[in-house]
Amino acid sequence: MINIGEVIETNQMVEKENLDVRTITLGISLLDCIDSDLNKVNENIYNKITTLAKDLVATGEDIENNYCIPIVNKRISVTPIALVGGAACKCPEDFVSIAKTLDKAAKKVGVNFIGGYSALVSKGMTTADENLIRSIPQALAQTELVCSSVNVGSTKTGINMDAVKLMGEIIKETAEETKDDDSLGCAKLVVFCNAPDDNPFMAGAFHGVTEADAIINVGVSGPGVVKTALEKVRGESFEVLCETIKKTAFKVTRVGQLVAKEASKRLNVPFGIIDLSLAPTPAIGDSVADILCEIGLEHAGAPGTTAALALLNDQVKKGGIMASSYVGGLSGAFIPVSEDQGMINAVVDGALTLEKLEAMTCVCSVGLDMIAIPGDTKATTISGIIADEMAIGMINQKTTAVRLIPVIGKGVGETVEFGGLLGYAPIMPVNQFSCDAFVNRGGRIPAPVHSFKN
Amino acid sequence: MNKVIITVVGKDTVGIIAKVCTYLSESGVNVLDISQTIVSGFFNMMMIVDMSAAIKSFAEVSAQLDELGESIGVAIKCQKEEIFEKMHRI
Repeated sequence: MINIGEVIETNQMVEKENLDVRTITLGISLLDCIDSDLNKVNENIYNKITTLAKDLVATGEDIENNYCIPIVNKRISVTPIALVGGAACKCPEDFVSIAKTLDKAAKKVGVNFIGGYSALVSKGMTTADENLIRSIPQALAQTELVCSSVNVGSTKTGINMDAVKLMGEIIKETAEETKDDDSLGCAKLVVFCNAPDDNPFMAGAFHGVTEADAIINVGVSGPGVVKTALEKVRGESFEVLCETIKKTAFKVTRVGQLVAKEASKRLNVPFGIIDLSLAPTPAIGDSVADILCEIGLEHAGAPGTTAALALLNDQVKKGGIMASSYVGGLSGAFIPVSEDQGMINAVVDGALTLEKLEAMTCVCSVGLDMIAIPGDTKATTISGIIADEMAIGMINQKTTAVRLIPVIGKGVGETVEFGGLLGYAPIMPVNQFSCDAFVNRGGRIPAPVHSFKN
Repeated sequence: MNKVIITVVGKDTVGIIAKVCTYLSESGVNVLDISQTIVSGFFNMMMIVDMSAAIKSFAEVSAQLDELGESIGVAIKCQKEEIFEKMHRI
């Protein structure tokens, strides 16, 4: 039988250490909404989402009440829209109409975000893919809840450098289109290498074509819980440190598994995966950077940071894998800058640079995330940063991503405020040397030799 | 068996257990186990109860216990047992 100590421990995690389930994401396939008539496609999409997801928010809230565990977000991911709209959309404006439909449907069912305004172009772009990508700035400027992602590379295909070049321009354009909101549109746009089909986290969630008609994916969180557990093992060896992280990750993930199974049962939608991520928020005590400090660094970014993050990421996975029947998505430790007070402090104090962040992405779960850069950064420079990050993913057979926000009208030293879970960020300097000739070559970088495992 | 964990946290005062148990008995909720401890000066009580014969829904009991707690000056929380079972047992 459960004892009082265990009950108190669990409730303290929730009340004092910010343990929460970050998101229940309902993945919905829109492949059966395809039609050559744009109005029909929009109608099909709206009907399918509002039917399948009508009880999502209420069910999430009910589960919260049953277990007294906050479920911070309820979200939807859909089939990449480039595939769904390809037959009907002849120009970027046509795709924007689908973005508006997604926004309307998301508002109708009351979710926090809807992801999947996406294109998968890791090897080449179809006309539809290119039209969708070119529509992203308008789509993000004219909607509130729609999130967009583009997969431009993979270990199996190499890197589509034409798409990388285009995405540099699109990020700049999105920043311009949303400049009145401090270029907020870019916070909802991710460029991926090796994007997973079952990621429940925004802005990069989409419902992969390998998935069933509908699926429940759950993202857990809990940096504060890990940090508190580590406070008790200060000065102990790495063995003790790693064991502590593993045990804590296990407990956190079990809560996610429970919520996922329960949501799956109540919504009558199969359970997909648990994403075992440590996802920080700007709230005090909910920071991955603080865990790195607890491991023994003065600040995130100090020498030793990459090693500390590597062990954290690995132990989180080891602990979490046993706690869930299916693990997937991004899984590991996120290192967004604006969403993590410890990371923000590290940048402000000069401990953390873009280059160090890039090194950290070799061992974290995703990539360069929520980083504000000067608004006058050239599109080719952004493409260069994307190419570097994609190369890390391609060679290391891991997911990497780039979510940069060139804040129009602002420069290094200024701060940008996004609000809510997106937080705020000091604008970071970018290497000023040119990579124009590299980015403008065109074509693609071939898949690496170790991808040939057939 | 429909096991629910009820926790009461707050300043110790006369009659907390009596009031909670009276409410539970009126609601058809059977108490299986009670334990209590003091954590950082606060009174902590945990009850394991069975709600399978309850005459009220979980949501109703949860909301009414919340109100009762407010009137006594303690925080009362009602949670289905699985969250603890999953987290602390393999």
